[in-house]
Formats: sequence, C-alpha cells, structure tokens
Amino acid sequence: MATKKTVLFSGNEALAYGAYEAGLEFSAAYPGTPSTEITQFLSQFKEIDSQWSVNEKVAFEIAYAASIGGKRSMYIGKHVGLNVAMDPFMTSAYTGVNAGFVIVTCDDPGMHSSQNEQDNRLFARVGKMPLLEPSSPSETKELIKKAFEISEKFDTPVIFRMTTRICHSKENVTIQERKDVPIKNFTPNPQKYVMIPRYAMMRHIELENRLLKLKKFAENSPLNKMEVKDKKLGFITSGVTYLYAKEYYPNASYLKLSISYPFPEKKVRDFCKKVKKVFVLEELEPFIQNNCERLGLKVYGRDASFHIGEMKPDHIPQIVAGKTKKDKPLVNRPPELCKGCPHRIVFNTLKKFDVIVAGDIGCYTLGTLPPFNGLHTCLCMGAGVTFQEGLSKSIQNKKVVGVIGDSTFVHSGITGLINAAYNKTKGVILILDNATTAMTGGQPHPATGKTLKQEETKQLSLEKICEVCGADSIDVIDPAQVNDFEEILRKRLDENNLSVIIVRKPCILMKQKMHPKTFTNPTPGVGR
Amino acid sequence: MKDDNVTSIVLYGIGGQGNVKASEVCGLAALLSGYHVKKTEVHGMSQRGGSVESYIRFGKKVFSPLPADGTVDILICLHEEEYPRLIHQLKKDGIDLFPYLAKAKEAVGEQKLFLNTFMLGVLSAFLPIKTEHWLNALNQTFKYAQEENKNFFLKGKHSGEQK
Ligand SMILES: Cc1ncc(C[n+]2csc(CCOP(=O)(O)OP(=O)(O)O)c2C)c(N)n1
Repeated sequence: MATKKTVLFSGNEALAYGAYEAGLEFSAAYPGTPSTEITQFLSQFKEIDSQWSVNEKVAFEIAYAASIGGKRSMYIGKHVGLNVAMDPFMTSAYTGVNAGFVIVTCDDPGMHSSQNEQDNRLFARVGKMPLLEPSSPSETKELIKKAFEISEKFDTPVIFRMTTRICHSKENVTIQERKDVPIKNFTPNPQKYVMIPRYAMMRHIELENRLLKLKKFAENSPLNKMEVKDKKLGFITSGVTYLYAKEYYPNASYLKLSISYPFPEKKVRDFCKKVKKVFVLEELEPFIQNNCERLGLKVYGRDASFHIGEMKPDHIPQIVAGKTKKDKPLVNRPPELCKGCPHRIVFNTLKKFDVIVAGDIGCYTLGTLPPFNGLHTCLCMGAGVTFQEGLSKSIQNKKVVGVIGDSTFVHSGITGLINAAYNKTKGVILILDNATTAMTGGQPHPATGKTLKQEETKQLSLEKICEVCGADSIDVIDPAQVNDFEEILRKRLDENNLSVIIVRKPCILMKQKMHPKTFTNPTPGVGR
Repeated sequence: MKDDNVTSIVLYGIGGQGNVKASEVCGLAALLSGYHVKKTEVHGMSQRGGSVESYIRFGKKVFSPLPADGTVDILICLHEEEYPRLIHQLKKDGIDLFPYLAKAKEAVGEQKLFLNTFMLGVLSAFLPIKTEHWLNALNQTFKYAQEENKNFFLKGKHSGEQK
C-alpha cells in the first residue's frame, strides 16, 4: 500500500521529492540562488547519488552522461548556470537520452540575488527541447515526474523552469513512495552518441521530427489546461502568474500552459476563438506573446515596462487596464558584509592603495558598496581573474588587482589564471579563501575537502594549483595579520610579476552553517 | 482580491531576526489545522542584514502566495525602523500587531533570539488555530531550546489575549 502524507514543502523541496518519487538516481549541480536547496534536499536520500560539481558545465555533462549510461538523472542550476553549460546543452538535444534526463533551471525574476534576470524559457526554442513550467510547489512535485516520462518517451532532455517565487514558496504537498525505475543498458551507438558531422546531420533530422511529435503532445496534453468560464475575458498564462490572475479574476477563462514549448498552436487558436478578449500574462520576456503574434492572433500583451522585474499580484489589473507598470517604491535596507567577516579586512586594506579592483561574484562583491567602495567591476563568475588581465591591457596609469572567492576560483578562475600566465600578464590576484561558498549559504567545494554529503574527500590545494598554472609567487596570509597583509600586498604590487595572494580566514557564519541540516527545513540560501 | 475566506499575514524585519523561521511555524500550524497554506518570503541577501518579509496565507483554497497591496489582514513587524516600509499592505480594518513589539522586547530582554516566538504567541491570539497545533509546529521547526520557545510563545499568547 502506498502511504501518503501531507507536508509543508517549498517548491525546491517539492521538486527534489518529486524527482525522488520518480526514481531519480543521480543529480549534479553547482550552488546558486534560488536553486541551491534542491540539491541540499536531495542529499538526504541514500537511493540518490548527488553531488556538488565544480561548475555548471561539469555538472551538466556528468548528469547527462549518467542518463546516457542508463540512470534517471538531473542537472540543477540557477538561470545563469545554464549559460556556463550552454555547450553540452545545445548538442544534447541532438543526442537525446537513454534514461530520463531533466535540466532544472531556476530563474530569478526581480533579481533577488542575481547578476541579471534572463528568461531561460527562450533557451527552449534555441535548444529545441520541451519546456515545462509549474506554478506552485504542489504542482512542481507532480510535473517533475512527468518531465522524466516525457524525456524517456521522446528521447529528449527536458527543460524544467522554476522561478524564485516558486522555489521559495511553501505549500501543502502530498508525498508518496518512491518508484524505482530499472537501470537501462548502455549499448554503444555512435550514430546517436558520437557527434561527428555526418552523424550529427542525421540527428538534426531526428531532432526536427521529434519536435513535431512533441508539438502534437503539447496540443493534446491535459498539462496545457483550458478552463472556459467567462467568454468575454480570458488569459493565456504560465507559472506563478497564473495564480496571481486567478486571485483577481476567478471567473475568467484560462489557458494555463505547463508545456509552453513546443507551443500548442491549435489549442491557443481554439482558446482565442472561444474567448472574446484574451490577455497574455507572463513574467519577464514576451515568450508566449511572441508565439501568439507569430500565429497572427489578436491578443493583448503587457506594456514593455512589465518585461522588467518580478510579476506581482498588483500588476494583473494594471495589465488588464493596458497601463504601464506602477510599483510602490520600497526602500529596502541594503545588505552588508557581516560583522567580523574577513572580507571586510581585505577591502579596508585595498582602500589604502590607489588601484583598480576587478571583482567577481560572492559575498565580497559587497565590497563595492560604502563604506568600502573598493570593487570596480563584476560581470560573471571567473571574471575577477580575466578582468584583471583585460583591464590591465588598457589601463596604463594604475595597477589592476583581481579579487575572487575560493569557490568561484575553482568554478572558473583557474582557466583565467592559466591564460594570464601563458600570455605573460603581470599583476596581483587575491583569492579570498573563506573555506566555503558563503554567498549561497555555505556549501563545500573541492578546496574544502568535503563533499555535498559532508564526507571527507581529496582536497584541492589552491597553492599548488596556482603554482602549476604559472603564478610567479604565491603568498598565503591571514588577513587578521593586518600589517603583514598590507606589507605583502605592497611588495607584490611593486614587483612586475604575476602574483597570487591567498587570503585565508574562514567565514564567520560557517560554524553555524555547517552543522548537519534538519532536512525538513533546510535553511534557504541567502544569496546568489 | 476577492476571496474572503483567506487570511493573509505579513511578517517583516531584518535578516537574522528569525523572521523566516517564524513564518515557517505559522504556516505549519495552519497546515496542521487542515488549511491550505501558502507562504513566501522576499529575502534576497537578508542574512547580510537586509530587509526580510514573509507572507503567510491560509484558508480553504489559496491561489496566490503573495497578497495584493492593501489586503493583508494582520501585520507583524519585528523592527522599528522597518515598520513604515510595509504598512500600506494592511487592509483598512486590518490588525496591526506593531504595538506589541515593545512588549515583546521587554519580555525577551537580552534573549533577542526569542522575539519572533513571542510575537508568534501574540499572533496566535488572533487566529483560529489551536494551541496544540502551534506548539507542535514550534517543536517541528525549532530543534533547539524547545522549552524556552514554548514559554516565550505562551507569554506572547497571554499578552495578545489582553488585546
Ligand atoms: C554561473 C553562476 N553560477 C552560480 C552563481 C551563484 N554564485 C555566485 S557567487 C558564488 C560563489 C561564492 O563563493 P565564493 O567565491 O567562495 O565567495 P564567498 O561568497 O564565500 O565570499 C555562487 C555560487 C552565479 N552567480 N553564477
């Protein structure tokens, strides 16, 4: 007998639990808000082999290969994480799957904790893969199971798109038992898995055929649900926006898309025939809107002001009235570096030098704010190192210092350092080693010597790797030794070398963060 | 928004005050009472001292996790400076529990950790949720200092019942 139980789950917990019920065997991820808790939650299941990977490209490839090998598997990342994994992502649509493979992307409309608010639904069209979008935690748990079925049925990776509001909202969720899925055999099949041009061309044909089949599926699937009530007013919508609209217009008609790509043209046309005035309600990009326009349908969209920021319930009547977006201006308290944070010392010291600071992403990005004002660029992960090189090409009158966190250095700083050495770059790079990925709530990474499940493992030595990358000098310093730190920084800035200074002092939150999690309530990540 | 059967609560303050945990307890207590619950929070980089706000909505059936402006039934603020930020969310005849913040501070003294629990106790006096469900939710959410949490909750409840 299947046992059922109702619990209060966040979207992230529901996703993890749904995947567990669906017989997930393997998952790989790199932390990133709002996706982090999915992996933390998965780590409690002994049936699932889950890992923090070095970065998203690595995570994607490993999870995808596990699917080809025969196990249901999942890649998880924040929206920008998928950018890092774009290369395997694009061609995986050609090669398809063996066991089910789901790509979980957690977008961050409103940029609660991100460097941009790209809408990853657009990647479904670019990559030519089916796109599933839930609107709530309870729906997430059911839909993720469907994602694995669709993946196997159509031999395709499936994109599962979450947003911050769904990831971090909680709702009653009924959980069930896991259904184990037999592991499939891997039979070598170069025509399918070796993408030399000749085979890839055949796979491209296959991909286009598959899309036609998927389109039919999206047309007929009850996951794209039509609720016809008031024939005067209707909404085509997806994600949490659907629920906002339901609050204001419970009696309107709805076409709620849970499979929004391939676009279910017939169903949409049909809906527009049945309902007189149809609005498209969606968050960020006009994705559904553009698809409707392509079909020549007369639907009402949103003013361009709504393409920016998170959708709020209050926006719904504004859109229906054809207005531009109006938000109550809220003055939020800005975040700041914690009292006692080692990064504070770094920026207080950097202040004493007239240098340009190429920054990166992590807690230390807050060094750009007053009272420090000490970080001058931040674009994407790894750019603390590469911007040091690039900026020094152009800036002649000042020295450029690169600043990067330990987790970020392992994620994508190493290649930049090799490049700097190879191309004879001079300058100073500070690796802020606080022994954790603090920004996202304190996850381990290779240089901490711990795995996701807090098991001991081989520890990457930052000193050694910097040495073999080609740094001329490597200093390791405790920033609490303020004078020594300042002195060594001055010395290295005066030299004409490629120097790395590893600034080593554990994050002060780490002790609190590292105690074993109570898995019913994992602490939500707090940052990017 | 029209659904009158739904109760909406906003709970806000700054990072580190246990705001999210408190909303967790409230959501769980409502779930244990058999309601459909949605709770959500805005907490970007709150652990770095930024503003945090949580919303709890419960009833027979809840659609949106976020309430519309001016429709919140009960407002709880854990930090004086933050108070003006969200008062516009309270509906006209809504209940503002801000006056209890001073009492809560007095009651917990140096044990600031329990400010959220005391305020939950105050809140409980205004909600149709049985004490046993509150205590159960408290125990499930706080793995440490369960006895203290219970005591501060009951003190808050007593304070809320004075009205
Ligand atoms: C491609 C990408 N993946 C993940 C993230 C989320 N993220 C931003 S910085 C960061 C790591 C921060 O750790 P670290 O560099 O060690 O700095 P700390 O916060 O500990 O100071 C993460 C996971 C991101 N912004 N972009």
